[in-house]
Amino acid sequence: MAFDNLSDRMQMALRRVRGKGRLTENDIEEMMKEVRLSLLEADVNFKVVKSFTKEVKEKALGEKILKGLNPGQQVVKIVNDELTKLMGEKTALLELNLTGITKIMMVGLQGAGKTTTAGKLANLVRKTNNLKPLLVALDIYRPAAIEQLKTIGQQLDIDVFELGIFVKPSVIIAKAMVYAEQNGHNLIIADTAGRLHIDEKMMQELVEVKEILKPHEILLTVDSMTGQDAVTVASSFNEQLSVTGAILTKLDGDTRGGAALSLRQVTQIPIKYMGMGEKLDQLEVFHPERMASRILGMGDVMTLVDKVTDNLDEDDMMSLMEKMMSGNYNYNDFLKQLKMIKKMGSLGGIMKLIPGVSKMMKNSNIDEKQLVYIEVIINSMTKEERKKPDLIAKSSSRRKRIASGSGRKVSDVNKLIQNLDQQKMMMKRMGSMNPQQMASGNPLSGMTAPKAKKGKGKNRGGFRR
Amino acid sequence: MGFFNSLFNKKEKKLNREKYRIGMAKTRNSVFGSLKELIDSNSKFDDDFFDELEEIFIMADIGVNTVVKFVAHLRSEIELNKTESSDDVKDLIVEEMFKLYVKDEIVSSNLDILDDRLNIVLFVGVNGVGKTTTIGKIAYEYLNKGKKVMMVAGDTFRAGAIEQLKIWSERVKCSFYSKEEGSDPSSVIYDAIQLAKETSVDLLLIDTAGRLQNKINLMKELEKVNKVIGREVPEAPHETLLVIDATTGQNGLVQAKVFNEVTDITGVVLSKLDGTAKGGIALGIKDELNIPIKYVGLGEKIEDLEPFDIEEYIYGLFADIF
Repeated sequence: MAFDNLSDRMQMALRRVRGKGRLTENDIEEMMKEVRLSLLEADVNFKVVKSFTKEVKEKALGEKILKGLNPGQQVVKIVNDELTKLMGEKTALLELNLTGITKIMMVGLQGAGKTTTAGKLANLVRKTNNLKPLLVALDIYRPAAIEQLKTIGQQLDIDVFELGIFVKPSVIIAKAMVYAEQNGHNLIIADTAGRLHIDEKMMQELVEVKEILKPHEILLTVDSMTGQDAVTVASSFNEQLSVTGAILTKLDGDTRGGAALSLRQVTQIPIKYMGMGEKLDQLEVFHPERMASRILGMGDVMTLVDKVTDNLDEDDMMSLMEKMMSGNYNYNDFLKQLKMIKKMGSLGGIMKLIPGVSKMMKNSNIDEKQLVYIEVIINSMTKEERKKPDLIAKSSSRRKRIASGSGRKVSDVNKLIQNLDQQKMMMKRMGSMNPQQMASGNPLSGMTAPKAKKGKGKNRGGFRR
Repeated sequence: MGFFNSLFNKKEKKLNREKYRIGMAKTRNSVFGSLKELIDSNSKFDDDFFDELEEIFIMADIGVNTVVKFVAHLRSEIELNKTESSDDVKDLIVEEMFKLYVKDEIVSSNLDILDDRLNIVLFVGVNGVGKTTTIGKIAYEYLNKGKKVMMVAGDTFRAGAIEQLKIWSERVKCSFYSKEEGSDPSSVIYDAIQLAKETSVDLLLIDTAGRLQNKINLMKELEKVNKVIGREVPEAPHETLLVIDATTGQNGLVQAKVFNEVTDITGVVLSKLDGTAKGGIALGIKDELNIPIKYVGLGEKIEDLEPFDIEEYIYGLFADIF
């Protein structure tokens, strides 16, 4: 697809605007068209899009372009900031009843993921708040729904209360409450049947359950792939039940999840958790700011990519990439790469743009001086050595000579050799990615402690496009 | 007017139409009610009109690309023909939407199910779209046509999935094959095909686990399933149906693309169309990938599955504007 994300769209709209110090109304108008399409493609409700672009337009009008940003980046920044604001700036927490039984009711359309989420939530809250959960099976309609909840309960070692499919949910929940009281459960999570918000009879059933349970939380489970209808569904559930929070499911997919924004904007319901996979520990507290860049179809990494592509000759980069892939990557290429990194500006600044990296940077020392040292070391190599890294790797006398020539320690030379090998390995792995992504990956590989690169999730999202 | 009348009066499919009408009543009221307003309140068809038209189609989740293209086309038609009356514009919209779907081809919603052979239909899709329920409904349809039907529980992953399909098989009274939870789906399906051959089953309906299309391993698993089926029965699966939830937005298009790369999707089942969502993404899928819609799900009852009929669908969407 040509326009996978807002940044690409902006670049297209901006060809004419580039170089201007201030944006005219026309420029912004053009850009807002792209913002609009981009948000629509992300499934943000069209009414929300309309009011949103209007606001951003007013904000952007007349704003002076920040040094170092082109007008496109500037507008992307405004859009991102505003979007983050709309998503709610801080994480919404679960309402817990610390002295008695915390009661939660899961509601939503069919197939949104209520049952799985009920299990995940019980598991998560048990862990974080040390509660003793009870899952209650109120879905008496969908074949094997109770079976499903029981299996999940078994897997998690959590009690499941059920009375089969022939007892009314309002009766089941009343009995479940007594059971919880008697058995020392201090968290009830009721898994209700999926239903259409326009099904009056079924909605009435929920109202009855609510009246008996008097839940602290009514959580609306919303499939993150939902389109324009998310607003209708959420508003309707909210009107009939006064929903206290939402859980966005299936976010481990590749949907951009604009429904989240619509939900927030139209109903004001805070999103509390997000489902990140089918495993029962894959439920996370929702982070609004991450959602904003996802809806835009980019991490801040896109800004980085812009920086890179603005500063570097693409042909140059492609030939470098090819070299890397071929496995003939040598010190000359390493040096060229360093120069590219330098061109892009401060390493620390670039790293911060990559989502998730700023956090890990705290733990790993990236010393910009290192870059200079590496350059010096490479400059102390002979032409032959630069072309054939093996020469150095195999000869300790060469390493010694290079170290003394560059005024560094032999251990520094060894580290460089390791770095080069790491780079090569990384390149092999990256073979399937595209050049822009690699460009953002490179500076990481050579310069960070190996520990920082490993570990789950640290880079997660960083290379999503 | 002309086109519209000929489209809907010549046919005598009252029952179906009634179902669509009930199923999609909310759809019409919420979205295309505003279309009527828009057209009736506009005496001239200018930028604002087309912008709003665009929004109305986008609201139905028809893919953004498709909508932009479609509205631009409408605009040029209206300008070219100097269309002025709002009735003519309404006709034009319906007619063009019809053309957008059929594209001068014959689009059939029939499944490729023949007599005297083992027919295999594979059901795929992301999680929670209604694959299992759809299988139950299709089994019911073909049992009523006198076919010998067997269901296979290829979803060995999700808790309760096997049980769910089994209950459906008991409801419709057809044979059912499964292994224990956690089995390799390919081996389940392989065995089921052998059994189907031995017992001269006419129609084998294969359920698979819901999977998000960006899960590479799960998509590989599906590829393998597909291969196994093709190896055991040449030309099979005869149909691979992608079930899409009508509430799905633009991601539906991505789903169709990626699943199609792995399994060669022959049709879409648009489920849960009885809500307020319009399922317009299916039109986007047809437009961009040329994959037809075969069925629409209009309720939870066993008979609430209808063969897709573009005329009925458009009628369902537009009935209020006429």
